Amino acid sequence: MSEKKNFNANIKKVSKHISQNEGLIFERSSKGKAGYRLAPLDVPEVDAAKLLGGSLREDLGNMPEVSEFEIIRHFTRLSTWNYAIDLGMYPLGSCTMKYNARVNEVVVRMDGLANAHPYLPEKVAQGALRVMKDLSDGLLDITGMDAITLQPAAGAHGEMTGMMLVRAYFDDKKENRRKVLIPDSAHGTNPATAAMCGYEVENLKSNAKGMVDIAALDAQMNDNVAALMLTNPNTLGVFEEEIHKIADLMHAKGGMLYMDGANMNALVGKARPGDFGVDVMHLNLHKTFSTPHGGGGPGSGPVAIKKHLEPFLPSPVIVKKGDALAFDYERPKSIGRVKAYYGNFGMHVRALAYIMANGPDGLRQTTEDAVMNANYIRKKLEDVYELPFKSPSMHEVILSHRLQAVNGVKTGDIAKRLIDYGFHPYTTAFPLTVADHGAIMIEPTESEPKEELDLFIDAMRNIAREAQEDPDIILNAPHNARVERMDEVTANRKPVLRWKPNP
Amino acid sequence: MAFPADFKYTKEHEWVKIDGDSATIGITDHAQESLGDIVFVELPKIGAEVSAHKSFGTVESVKAVSDVYAPISGTVTAVNDELTNAPEKINSDAHGSWMIKIKVKDAGEASSLMSAADYEKYVAEEK
Repeated sequence: MSEKKNFNANIKKVSKHISQNEGLIFERSSKGKAGYRLAPLDVPEVDAAKLLGGSLREDLGNMPEVSEFEIIRHFTRLSTWNYAIDLGMYPLGSCTMKYNARVNEVVVRMDGLANAHPYLPEKVAQGALRVMKDLSDGLLDITGMDAITLQPAAGAHGEMTGMMLVRAYFDDKKENRRKVLIPDSAHGTNPATAAMCGYEVENLKSNAKGMVDIAALDAQMNDNVAALMLTNPNTLGVFEEEIHKIADLMHAKGGMLYMDGANMNALVGKARPGDFGVDVMHLNLHKTFSTPHGGGGPGSGPVAIKKHLEPFLPSPVIVKKGDALAFDYERPKSIGRVKAYYGNFGMHVRALAYIMANGPDGLRQTTEDAVMNANYIRKKLEDVYELPFKSPSMHEVILSHRLQAVNGVKTGDIAKRLIDYGFHPYTTAFPLTVADHGAIMIEPTESEPKEELDLFIDAMRNIAREAQEDPDIILNAPHNARVERMDEVTANRKPVLRWKPNP
Repeated sequence: MAFPADFKYTKEHEWVKIDGDSATIGITDHAQESLGDIVFVELPKIGAEVSAHKSFGTVESVKAVSDVYAPISGTVTAVNDELTNAPEKINSDAHGSWMIKIKVKDAGEASSLMSAADYEKYVAEEK
């Protein structure tokens, strides 16, 4: 008899659970089955072919034919395979996977908001306009900026809008600046945004503390540079101590400071980008302001700016007309609309509900708790995982796999083993400034109770021990997931991109 | 790791073999090793112009997408289409898996490239 290895001796958070197998909905289909029965027609029948002519489509292709009960089971079964923030901690660094408060959902389902149509006349849409105005004012208070657009539908969309404003400003002044500086720790979307806006991207090296190297910035900044795109706190979870100097340097040579607001969760109620010299920034309502994230989206990426960029804001802009609110379309220098209607309005409602439910003191506390939780994890793990940058952590902590890599265990392997322990993996191999693509990037957010943090810490410590005692457990993980270790290389070389019926 | 002496090298880890006014270009063994398993290669078409230090194609591995830079300027005369279907060949034999051949525009540009010995030193320092 072969001895069976126990992979689960130290796992506390999860145990084995029967999970139902489920095929694709197309494979469940059988001809003629339906989830409904129509009453006999009691009006004269219309010949659709006569009305539509060649546009009538009778062959609907491969539509699955199943009963209502089968549909319910299909999606319920699939949902039980999922990991979600409502099941447990989602420590993805840089993603800010915080609790999506139920009160947001209650508010957004209120009749007048849920059923408002974007073509309602302004006169009867005052409530919806008020939501957008109050949210705008709240976000301007929090950021210390002068004006804002709520249109962009996601963070990267916000970046794009922000950089289009920068470009419109320089075009208007007839200044031909060709370059945008981007630190090596930046999110990949930053250089992509700059390139999409027609700029040449120049890489800016970080110093040993993981921050912008002021001397390097000084050397690279000139009148050919339009802006520096900076995330603060940066992707190492480190606050740029010399942010004032950075801003002054950019402004002295006529450039602008763009702030990626991905990490705003560490600043709300504590420091305002508008006060430390930022000219343009985006926010992620789906990160900092608790609206649903990932598959639960859509996102929302408002762009806040200083006065000098205001003429270029996407149109329309909400303005006060007497006692009422109205949309102003008369904006000759505007870059135009960046989104149909007014942005993802449902997210504006949720974000406003979050801001109002917390209030100024609550928001400040949120920031403090987010920073405390990250630092709690840092303190509890820094003796078993290397801390590549010793600068104080804000809302997230970056460790590395250096101590585990000597046994062949890399950040991606540890992440896969974490699945066995009942957690969603952290962010792997980012930021790139961590040597050997070895980053372990953890952001607990303020939402996690100490009990969940302790389970996570316990899992991470156990994995560190396994890496020494029995690396194979980790290298072949996950063992308890529905599917075991994937063959990433074949999946990439020979991707199966769609289902095809059996011939 | 091999550093063939009849190749010249770039700081971006491409090799080039110059033969009269024709040059054969690929990525180095060191490059394939740091990229990991290569899953996709995108190359220019015959007749395309490539310029020194500018990207002419991309290699995608499970870890990252990287630009491939032209060591010297010229016009593409041949493309190794085999790599499109079998990108793993670069992992097994980087120095034998050429990507493009070009007709060299200015042979003088080659003088700024590294010799095998210089490149070996450069790779060692980069680590």
